Amino acid sequence: MSKNEVKKSTGSNILSGLLRNQICIPLAALLLLALFNLIMDPTFFRISLGHNSLGNPVLTGFLITILDNGSELAILAIGMTLVTAASGGQDISVGAATAIAGSVLLRVLCGGNSRPETLQAPIIVAFLVSCVVAMLFGAFNGALVAYFKIQPMIATLILYTAGRSIAAWINNNELPIVSDRTFTYFGSFIPGIPIPTPFFIAVVCIIIITLVMKFTNLKLYVQSVGINDSSSRLNGLNPELIKVLSFVILGLCVAVVGLIKVSRISSINYSVIAKDIEMDAILAVALGGNALSGGKFNMAASVLGAYVIQFLTQTLYKYKVPSDALPAYKAIVVILLVVISAPTVREFVSGQWKKLKVKEVG
Amino acid sequence: MSADNKNTSSVSLGNRIKNMTDTSLLLTITIVVFFLMYIGAIVFQGSGFLKPQTFFNILNANAALIILACGLSLVMITGGIDISVGGVTALISMSCAVYLDYHDGNVFMAIILALAIGLAFGVFQGFLVAYLDIQPFIVTLAGMFFARGMTTIVNTKPFNVANEAFVTLKNTRIIVPGMGSVNKLGNYVNAYVEIGVIVALLVVIVFFCILRWTKLGRAFYAVGGNRQSALMLGINVRRTRFMAHLLCGLLAGIGGFVYFLHVGSGSASHASGAEMDAIASSIIGGTMLSGGVGNIIGTFFGVLSLSTIQNIVSSAGLDQAWWTGITRAAMLCLFLVVQSIVIARKKK
Repeated sequence: MSKNEVKKSTGSNILSGLLRNQICIPLAALLLLALFNLIMDPTFFRISLGHNSLGNPVLTGFLITILDNGSELAILAIGMTLVTAASGGQDISVGAATAIAGSVLLRVLCGGNSRPETLQAPIIVAFLVSCVVAMLFGAFNGALVAYFKIQPMIATLILYTAGRSIAAWINNNELPIVSDRTFTYFGSFIPGIPIPTPFFIAVVCIIIITLVMKFTNLKLYVQSVGINDSSSRLNGLNPELIKVLSFVILGLCVAVVGLIKVSRISSINYSVIAKDIEMDAILAVALGGNALSGGKFNMAASVLGAYVIQFLTQTLYKYKVPSDALPAYKAIVVILLVVISAPTVREFVSGQWKKLKVKEVG
Repeated sequence: MSADNKNTSSVSLGNRIKNMTDTSLLLTITIVVFFLMYIGAIVFQGSGFLKPQTFFNILNANAALIILACGLSLVMITGGIDISVGGVTALISMSCAVYLDYHDGNVFMAIILALAIGLAFGVFQGFLVAYLDIQPFIVTLAGMFFARGMTTIVNTKPFNVANEAFVTLKNTRIIVPGMGSVNKLGNYVNAYVEIGVIVALLVVIVFFCILRWTKLGRAFYAVGGNRQSALMLGINVRRTRFMAHLLCGLLAGIGGFVYFLHVGSGSASHASGAEMDAIASSIIGGTMLSGGVGNIIGTFFGVLSLSTIQNIVSSAGLDQAWWTGITRAAMLCLFLVVQSIVIARKKK
């Protein structure tokens, strides 16, 4: 949230510059939603300090839930932005891949036994193994896209179909339960810190990707491959490698989200874990004003977009929209968004605007 | 696109394959794979697959999928995609079920309702894709989520339809003469198909003819092959893409009702993953994702291949749920790779 405020304060100084900036799209959506909630029911913004069942101080409230759940989405949005920019398509298998990553994590933690008394391996080892597996699946998707020239959405359809089955297969369809207390820290609260841990994990991820983009040519290369595949090859880049790399980075993000998701319930439910999260992740990228056909991107806008999506979800939950009906409302938002940002509509509107101005002058 | 296998018999087989169009090459691969698979099933899994009724059961269970896949093939031939068909099917099942049971409706109006829902999705999505130039994947992804969400808004609880006229229609069986078999008790049992299969076969024939012999059908291929040159040829590209989505929506309406007729109930989880099955069937049937290549007959065999392999997997004793998912994905992967090899062949 602090990041947001910083942007707002700079925004007031250079308002005209900001209006042209990409980040104003999610920001405007966020303000609109906040305003709606403020008018309808200001208690939406109430944050109270309570104690959870273990007696640790925790903050509760809708805003905290948004920070908590939105962080998963923000982490995925980082990877999805890169994939979108480099390949001009989206990965629809992130939900299924999260199930696989979580399943691998539990498999390593619990060994063959589904109800171990103690952890069979350190958490960090299990996490690294799940990272490697998720990156391998990312590389598989990336290879199909880059070397076999299959459209990203169709290539990832394979993993989308098989992913949850593979996840169930890894654990023999058992549901291992981790009894270790420290494992729950990643998905809920570290004792003594009232802010949910996923937020810190997201911040770490954002810092890492910012540093990577600052000190390497990743951003430049990804954008140039996204804008023109063959001309970047002529300039000495390896477009295939860059595309695979973007999918591998998404795989890493997926592994992190898998850790958070599994840690939340200390177990896994193969058919429900991270369900429909691919829609939200794509939506976050779109809401960030990034072109879904690839090319230039703005990472900060995507991350902010992810939190805005969660804000929307939480608002709908507050008004007692059942979780099954949620997609219908989100779909309307998506359609509105893409219609507004469609070039044809923009041209039409600006044409009408000019006509109107001419009339006023005349 | 016309088949150019009129080569003289002196030309070697290799040359012949080289001279085939993509459509007929991919179609041949699909049909060969299907027959190999079916013969393999008969050889390795015993006489179960030899009974005609086993084959008819595959048809009965997949009639709706055949219709949905036909719609998808049309859209994919024009170079687009539609992933909303599964959601639309669920929405139609639920709406028709609610209409028939809670509002005491008649079956005829239910059919109209199903077609209207399908058509509405087709028109709306077609407009956004063709006239506003929005990526078809995003539009239909939203369509899918909208349909799924609306299904639970219409009704949350799954239930069986008890409407008498509907149940009679659902249980109507068309006996296929001469295909029956003798059961364990020694009685002769007639082989049968459901009404949905007849509808599906009609759809396949009608759309095969449309694609092959009408102006609109040829325009689909032209637009999918190269949008720019189609425009130069004087084809109304926007209208063609719009028509593809409209027809796909209409077929989703028909397919949705056939699905409803087969299961006879309304549920929010109906036809989950049907869009993926339909896309996979189209791809296996030789429809190229990049557009311009495809054939309805291939799609028909694609559905059959996909469901036969599922039957084989489950009758081989690997009936845990995950095996079907994994084999389906493996098959999809295989055919995608074959396609990309075919494209590479053309470039050489």
